[in-house]
Amino acid sequence: MTPPPRRTLLLAAGAALAVPALAAPALLRPALAQGLAPTPSMRGGANNYLPGAAIVPRIGQGGFWLTGTVRRAGDGAPVPRARIQIWAHTTEGHERDPHSHGATLTDAEGAFRMEMPQIVPAFGQAHGHLAYDSAHDENGYETVFLRPLLRSARDTSLTAHFVLRRA
Amino acid sequence: MTAARAALVWAGLALALGVPLAVAATSPLLAWREPIYIAAGLAGVVGLGLLLVQPLLAAGLLPGLRMRPSRRLHAVVGAALVVAVVAHVAGLWVTSPPDVVDALLFRSPTPFSAWGVVAMWAVFGAALLALLRPRLRLLLFRLCHVTLAVVVVVGTVVHAWLVDGTMGTVSKAVLCLLVLAAAAWAVREARLPAALRRLLRRE
Repeated sequence: MTPPPRRTLLLAAGAALAVPALAAPALLRPALAQGLAPTPSMRGGANNYLPGAAIVPRIGQGGFWLTGTVRRAGDGAPVPRARIQIWAHTTEGHERDPHSHGATLTDAEGAFRMEMPQIVPAFGQAHGHLAYDSAHDENGYETVFLRPLLRSARDTSLTAHFVLRRA
Repeated sequence: MTAARAALVWAGLALALGVPLAVAATSPLLAWREPIYIAAGLAGVVGLGLLLVQPLLAAGLLPGLRMRPSRRLHAVVGAALVVAVVAHVAGLWVTSPPDVVDALLFRSPTPFSAWGVVAMWAVFGAALLALLRPRLRLLLFRLCHVTLAVVVVVGTVVHAWLVDGTMGTVSKAVLCLLVLAAAAWAVREARLPAALRRLLRRE
C-alpha cells in the first residue's frame, strides 16, 4: 500500500481542527463570546478556608480595607448580594484562627468592602484570601478562590475582583 | 596566619551569623506569630547561617582548625543543618498545613517554595551520602556530595532572598553573598574537574 501524499494528510488534519474551531463560538456564546472572561481560582487560594464564615460588619478591630467587585462573565453585569468570604494572616491572628475569617455581601453595584485587621506578611508574602463559594451563596455561580498579594507590606488596603461563571 | 588575623576571621564569622539572627529575632513580625511559627522561621535563618560555616569547614579554611577536626566539625554541623531543615518544615507544617503540602508538591503560588524544597531534598541527599561514605569511592563521594551542596546553597539563597519574612534586607543580603562566596571558594578547593578526570580514567 502506498502512503497517502503528505499534502492530503495535512488537509485532513486541517479539516479536523477546523470543525471544533467553527463549532466552539456557538457553544461559548452565552457566557464568553461577549468578552469578559471568568476569573480563575488562584493557586493556594483555598488554603486555610473555613467554609461558611458568618457575615460580619468587620473582622476584628479593623484598620485595613479589602475591597472589590463581583460581576458575571460575558456581559459584566454586577452581581448583587454575592457572599464573599475573607481571611488572612493579620495583626490579630493566623489564617487558621476562626476569628480571622468573615463574610460580607455585595451591594446593588456588585461592590464589597470589608474592614479587617492589618494584613502582615506570612509564609513569605503579605496576602489575603477571598472566596465566592457556591455552597454558601444562592446566586448560582461557580466557586472561585482568590489569593491577591499586597504590593507592599505597608499597604493598608487591597483590591480583588471576581468575574463569575454560571454554575 | 597571624593570631590577630585569625581572631578577625572568627569575629567576622560570628558577626555574619549573629547579626542576621539578632535582626530576625527582633523582627516586628514576631508580635503577630505563634511561638511554633517563630521557631520555624528562626530555624530557617539558622540553617542559612550554617550554610556559611559548612563550606569553610569542608575546605579547612577556618584559621586554627586543622583539616581533620575541621571535617569532623563539618559532619556535626551537617547533622545540625538537617535538624534545622526538619524543624523549619515541621514548624511551618503545624502553622499552616495546606501551604506546606502545596510547597512539597511543587504547586505553591509562592515562587520561593520550590527553591526551598529542592534545597531540602539536596540537604537530605548530601547527608545520606555522608552516611554512606565508607562504602563509596572517595572521588565519587566528593563529586556527588559537592554537587548536592551547590544545589543546597543556590536553592537556599534564592529561597531566602525571595521570602518576605523576619530577616532584615541588608543582613540577609550580606549573609547570602557570604554563603555564595564561601561555597564558590570551597568548590574550587574541591578540584572537581581533576576528581572527575581521575574517576573516568579508572573506569
